[in-house]
Amino acid sequence: MNTSPIVLLIQKIIKKGWLGKTFLALITLLAIWQIIVALQANPSLFLQQVINGLQLGFVYALIALGYTMVYGIVRLINFAHGDVFMFGAFVSFYSITRFQLHTWPQWLFPSIPHGLGLIIGAITVMAISMIACALLAIVVERIAYKPLRSAPRISALITAIGISFFLEYFAALNFVFSPNFITYKRPVEVVTWAIGLNGITTLGNGKAPPDGTILFSNIALIIILTSVLLMFGLQFIVKKTRIGKAMRSVAYDKQTARLMGINTDAIISTTFAIGAALAGAAGMLYAIAFPQIFFWMGIIPGLKSFVAAVLGGIGSIPGAFIGALIMGQAEVLSAAYISTPLRDAIAFSILIVVLLVRPTGIFGEPEREKA
Amino acid sequence: MMLEIKNLHVYYGAIHALKGINFHVDEGEIVALIGANGAGKSTTLSTISGLLQPSQGNVTFRGEDITITPAEQTVQKGIVQVPEGRKIFATLTVMENLEMGAYTQRNKKQFQKDLENVFTIFPRLKERQNQLGGTFSGGEQQMLAMARALMSHPSMLLLDEPSMGLSPILVEQIFEIVQDINKQGTSILLVEQNAQMALSIADRAYVLETGEINLQGSAQEVLHNPMVIEAYLGGH
Ligand SMILES: Nc1ncnc2c1ncn2[C@@H]1O[C@H](COP(=O)(O)OP(=O)(O)O)[C@@H](O)[C@H]1O
Ligand SMILES: [Mg+2]
Repeated sequence: MNTSPIVLLIQKIIKKGWLGKTFLALITLLAIWQIIVALQANPSLFLQQVINGLQLGFVYALIALGYTMVYGIVRLINFAHGDVFMFGAFVSFYSITRFQLHTWPQWLFPSIPHGLGLIIGAITVMAISMIACALLAIVVERIAYKPLRSAPRISALITAIGISFFLEYFAALNFVFSPNFITYKRPVEVVTWAIGLNGITTLGNGKAPPDGTILFSNIALIIILTSVLLMFGLQFIVKKTRIGKAMRSVAYDKQTARLMGINTDAIISTTFAIGAALAGAAGMLYAIAFPQIFFWMGIIPGLKSFVAAVLGGIGSIPGAFIGALIMGQAEVLSAAYISTPLRDAIAFSILIVVLLVRPTGIFGEPEREKA
Repeated sequence: MMLEIKNLHVYYGAIHALKGINFHVDEGEIVALIGANGAGKSTTLSTISGLLQPSQGNVTFRGEDITITPAEQTVQKGIVQVPEGRKIFATLTVMENLEMGAYTQRNKKQFQKDLENVFTIFPRLKERQNQLGGTFSGGEQQMLAMARALMSHPSMLLLDEPSMGLSPILVEQIFEIVQDINKQGTSILLVEQNAQMALSIADRAYVLETGEINLQGSAQEVLHNPMVIEAYLGGH
């Protein structure tokens, strides 16, 4: 049979993914070009966006870690993960507003310095959200996912979507959380600093920031610090502890892990719990940054974090982190320089481009065939 | 009798992989289970380990029925398997692989003792303890897999085709180590296609063919059996 050279060339282009790669290279160049232009035009505006993007990126990172860890161990894309994040935000809301749990240090030790009391109180609330989310995830895993472990993967995936709807509308019930938008009460007051070449000034209420300064708030500081601490904690657990090593063994080869005496079911539960705890912390941080909560609030951040996990290479922990930081920047920069309504479209087109060009993401490896 | 297999039947769906086999391993023995590809050797080991459940029959270890003991609890009974194809954790370091071998061992002192013992048997592992398991060659992976198993301080070791894919020199080395481990008091059930090598170190042997044991005896008897010579030793 005679195939014309043009057909051969086209086939070759398709097979090697040249189109996609060229497309990706062009987009990257365009993005870099835009960034340089923006940086030159108004450096303080640009840096401001980068800081905002960093704040968002760290929240996404905390959520993305749960997606990637669960995928790594049971090859399930847990679409209910975004709703666990919502659950965390609500639990922290009720702990603060209804039960005033963030004030316990002041009640118990009236002489405690105000700042210290607040920090301890806020950490307590975060711990409660994390534990509540971990328990939720353990229950969901036992009831919904575990029975499907040897079923075709699509069954578990569809179940995850079902669980997602269930958690949303369960949360919307009046006697559970609320069907309405709720204004979130921050456990701490917002303090904003204007950082410029002439030093740092603290902004009072309604005071306009001096020209050419970058705004940085204690909220951004809290989010970034907390996320970094949690991620170091996770890294420590995964790399250094007996449980973490068992998690990596189970992710690599369940049968052999069992032969070593590792209870794979318990390790899978633990993985779900850790991922959910991080999402719970993220829920609280997100609500502190954007103080309005709603039973659907987990959908979009959840999906974006999922994109982040795929972009970084699903299954890879550093990948989730890098992917989330990129997603945070992409979202904030496209809102600032392209169009606010388009920012979600741009975020999700990243998913499409990644899936077309490099489905394994930045750090991902092609899946191993397992016996 | 340390390990006793009675009338074991195992199915994969409709495939009848083990058709009522009987055998045993005594304290301190090396017993070889030889047979061609697909005979049911790995199935036998997986059933002993508890990865598979038999439809009929019993596995008894030191007088205790462990037929339905799940795989993750078999190690604590003192039986550990070195699976076919080594199955080391490629994304974990050598040290971490060894720690996983000792997963059920919570006693730090015993862990150190087992580690020293393993490093005496496999000195190369000590030098390379921080390397990833996946960077090892086949022979090194086999040694790591055996070392990992020994970290659980077993009284019985199940070896699934340790010689698979290795050069004759390496096979020689591995089998010498198997004998050393046995001399330290660990009983061994050795599954092999390489009948020559297996019979040269075994005390007794069983020949498994399509799910049935068709021959058994001392290693010498099996080695000189005309049928074995014909089928497994290249008919010389
Ligand atoms: N997971 C499985 N599913 C279906 N059949 C299997 C499976 N594993 C093994 N078998 C079949 O069971 C028989 C015995 O296999 P196996 O125990 O692996 O043999 P051996 O280890 O002696 O090579 C073979 O016919 C094989 O095809
Ligand atoms: Mg086999």
